[in-house]
Amino acid sequence: MKVPTRRVTQSAPPALVALAVIGAVFFLVPVVGIVAQVPWRSLPEIFRSDIVANAVRLSLIASVGAVTAATVIGLPLAWVLARVDFAFKPLVRGLVLLPMVLPPVVGGAALLFGFGRRGIVGGPLYDATGFVLPFSVWGVIVASTFVAMPFLVITVEAALRTVDRRYEGAASTLGASPWTVLRRVTIPLVSPAVVSGLLLTWARALGEFGATITFAGNLQGRTQTLPLAVFVALETDRDAAVAISVLMMVISLGVLVSLRDRWWGAHS
Amino acid sequence: MVGGSLMSGLEATIAVERGELDLELDLFIGSDRTLALLGPNGAGKSTVVDVLAGLLPLETGRIVLDGTVLDDPTTGRFVAPHSRSVGVVFQGGLLFPHLTTIENVEFGLRSRGLSRRQARREATEVLGTIGMQEFADRSPSELSGGEAQRIALARSLVGAPTMLLLDEPLSALDATTRVEVQRNLAQHLAAFDGPRLLITHDPAEAFLLADEVVLIEGGRVTQRGDPADIRLRPKTKYAADLAGSNFLLGEAQHGTVQTAGLTVHIADRSLVGKVVVTIHPRAVSLHLERPEGSARNVWETMVTVIEDHGDRVRVQLGQPLGITAEVTPGALAALALTPGAAVWCSVKATEVVAQPR
Repeated sequence: MKVPTRRVTQSAPPALVALAVIGAVFFLVPVVGIVAQVPWRSLPEIFRSDIVANAVRLSLIASVGAVTAATVIGLPLAWVLARVDFAFKPLVRGLVLLPMVLPPVVGGAALLFGFGRRGIVGGPLYDATGFVLPFSVWGVIVASTFVAMPFLVITVEAALRTVDRRYEGAASTLGASPWTVLRRVTIPLVSPAVVSGLLLTWARALGEFGATITFAGNLQGRTQTLPLAVFVALETDRDAAVAISVLMMVISLGVLVSLRDRWWGAHS
Repeated sequence: MVGGSLMSGLEATIAVERGELDLELDLFIGSDRTLALLGPNGAGKSTVVDVLAGLLPLETGRIVLDGTVLDDPTTGRFVAPHSRSVGVVFQGGLLFPHLTTIENVEFGLRSRGLSRRQARREATEVLGTIGMQEFADRSPSELSGGEAQRIALARSLVGAPTMLLLDEPLSALDATTRVEVQRNLAQHLAAFDGPRLLITHDPAEAFLLADEVVLIEGGRVTQRGDPADIRLRPKTKYAADLAGSNFLLGEAQHGTVQTAGLTVHIADRSLVGKVVVTIHPRAVSLHLERPEGSARNVWETMVTVIEDHGDRVRVQLGQPLGITAEVTPGALAALALTPGAAVWCSVKATEVVAQPR
């Protein structure tokens, strides 16, 4: 619900405004630059091509898969980090956040040694089932999750720390079991953080490049996501590269703007 | 009944340490009785609520409610808060901010297994009884302090708990709302069939609402008894300070209160009926001659007892109004008062606090 507020006219220092304009233009220039290159006539043809259709499909699978995995294992991880005391907690938290600062290529290499065909987990898995993660769509999801999930974990963990725990106590005196307290009090109280965390995770997974190409390869139709398709097209088909890039910009901007209004607007 | 006693009501022997606080006390509250736990901030009052509600386990001691053991570290028995039948009104109400008023009331019903529709029907009925149906769909942030407090009380009572705990139920309210909510609370306490524990730092609240008062200071009980007893025979400085506030019973009549000895002027002209009058000892001025000032309440009396507390002196006065005045040692010296001396005393009408009872 929008509450009408009285606007206070604040005289902005001109120097500040000038620098802010430079900041905004800095973001605008590349976007305008690439939009100016869009081959409007051949767009329908490019988007109908197998390369683009497959890349869109794989990117959706990878990003939605990463969001799903983050929800299932990332949320409990955030809760445990925020609420349970255990040894080596700073180390565990550092481990969880490592993919945020690591070059994605290094992350992809590490994934190979962990979950690859000869990796410490991937090896036994292959021996037992014959299943190979790298260079499959599952590998794309794993790489995306590895790089993107930390965004959800830190956002939600921070929110859980600031929740007034007396609400949870009050709920339990009203007969709510620990699980009900979590479902009906804790999660609703941190829901703005969960939504923005999932959004950041999704956005990061959608743009994921380095870990994916290292761990899952660049196989068109199997592991080639939109960023990988752009990378390849830059060498071979500039028009397609521009078209895919602009497509990603439109999708991302659309999601950011629409979710911002729905979820953050109400809370800020 | 699991190894408990046959007594109905609450029997608790509590010992816990939490940070700086080292709490040790016994509480016995019979069914149908209201016990006020009265003490300064940091005395450990809220910790008692947490322990009884099951939010904080005992280190040593034992909690038995209506013959059922809720917590006993020696046997390892601990009943989780959601399995205890203890209603709590938390300090500040603590209504869930993400739920509407009616959803807050429904919460206890739904977590006890009622269907959405049944819970809605019962909660609607409860809001009707307390005259707050029109608030059903409001968010707690849209309620006034008094409204939120009434909803918090309704929420705690809706699951029909065996025991009721109220943690500073009136502290967040302004003076006007307080009187109204206090009356409402008195009715609910009287109607509640089970032990009631009222946590407060306000002696007037404790003396008005409780059958029995336990004073707690620094985690220890310093005095217990019925309100009149504590008022007459305070055992500690804190108790004396509490008791030292002059309490009078009387009948208000648009700006005056008829007490046993004297007609006292009060600032609130709207009050009519039975009231408790509080006059802080520091608000009582002493004079050798009839004072000329603006104070509405002026009478002549006699000094009966003088108690020296070092930085301040308490002067007990005789008929017509046996109240206590508190003055500085310097003021006492200037007046040259001794027991038996005649003295004039004055109190401004605005310093006389009258509350309906």
